[in-house]
Amino acid sequence: MEIFEITVLSLQVSTLATLISMLIGLPFGTWLALGSFRGRNIILSVINTGMALPPVVVGLVVAIMLWRSGPLGDLRLIYTPWAIVIAQTVIAAPVVTGLTAAALEALDPRLGQQLLGLGASRVQMVWYLWREARLPLLAALMAGFGSVISEVGASMMVGGNIRGQTRVLTTAIVLETSKGEFGQALALSTLLLVLTYLINLTLTWIQQRGQKK
Amino acid sequence: MNNFIEINDFQIKRNERIVLDIEYLSITRGETLAVVGPNGAGKSTLLLALASLLKPVRGEIRFDGKSLRELDELEYRRKISFVFQSPLLLDMSVEENVALGLKFRGAPRDEIKAQVEKWVKGLGVESLSKRRAGQLSGGEAQRVSLARAFVLNPELLLLDEPFVALDPPTRAKLLEDLSAILGADHRTAVFVTHNLNEAAKLSHRIAVIVDGMVRQVGTASEIKRAPADETVKAFLSELSQ
Repeated sequence: MEIFEITVLSLQVSTLATLISMLIGLPFGTWLALGSFRGRNIILSVINTGMALPPVVVGLVVAIMLWRSGPLGDLRLIYTPWAIVIAQTVIAAPVVTGLTAAALEALDPRLGQQLLGLGASRVQMVWYLWREARLPLLAALMAGFGSVISEVGASMMVGGNIRGQTRVLTTAIVLETSKGEFGQALALSTLLLVLTYLINLTLTWIQQRGQKK
Repeated sequence: MNNFIEINDFQIKRNERIVLDIEYLSITRGETLAVVGPNGAGKSTLLLALASLLKPVRGEIRFDGKSLRELDELEYRRKISFVFQSPLLLDMSVEENVALGLKFRGAPRDEIKAQVEKWVKGLGVESLSKRRAGQLSGGEAQRVSLARAFVLNPELLLLDEPFVALDPPTRAKLLEDLSAILGADHRTAVFVTHNLNEAAKLSHRIAVIVDGMVRQVGTASEIKRAPADETVKAFLSELSQ
């Protein structure tokens, strides 16, 4: 029963963090891809660096922010699932932003002008550019989800691996390993792999269906 | 003469360099103006400016008596239509591509269907209606791109070397069809090309642009007979080589 709860919580926090990352990364990445302004390359390089952020560093920074005496301590989020969602969003948002920008930059740069030249509003133009780049955008979603479902450092530091509250699959694996319960740890690892595979299988199926259409 | 488009004292800069500098150029309603000139002369820049996709640092374009600055940008763009060198079709069926601009304008479904049927037929691609854009040949794709522009019944049609990537027979056939459509419609159009013969066939007048400036406006025979200056002469000799 506990495994079921841990699995559900893992999926909940990682899915929510990925969705929030999409909400941030899709418009931000689009703005970076389509904009031409001073400092764009600097922002892009920061985002690209952010794509390789070590989860443990993110965990440390988010923990300092959410710590009781920290700037956001009054929110009392440390050691709650919300803290894990925040940390995982910080990890996934640069991944989604960077891959969104790359996906849109890979399109023919005149495509946006063509859409505007056919009478598209800015919103319509962006919508159709997203539609054109839907396969790499789906890959951005998959990469974002992959980066958070598998991370352990941030979840451990901001969630505290509290049984029945903030224990997720990865932190449970660490705990079982530290206890020498390798059988349990392997079972949880297999479960995590199967879940990740099933989710990516679904997304890949959607992606390939879009390609064949 | 009623000038439908007027370009006055118009300058566009790119990277601090003036890439288009037009003192005056006008187009009357129903006229097809061909714009010729060497590579990098500013022909495509002129089209982008006419589509209000590039902003001038000086001067203005007047459309039907009104400055583009006074007009709502989206409203203006919905009166025109742009065809690029490459077809730039979206990853959808031919009929969906042709319907795109009408969808942007929120046209009723029945009207979209009727107009799309009319123009896929008009451009000879009705048998390809259900086919995905990626499965078309270059010539077919450019026909679809023209249908996508004509379906909008634009007051101003902007064509940026639409035949450049096509093989000669496809190019000749498409040119013939386009010439017939433009002639029958009396549509105002600006047609950018490298080819003076194509320009002569399709247009009423030809503007020669060199180094961002309009050097001469006239018919093909006028331009060939009496080039306005050395730059036009050099361009003509480049064409004849």
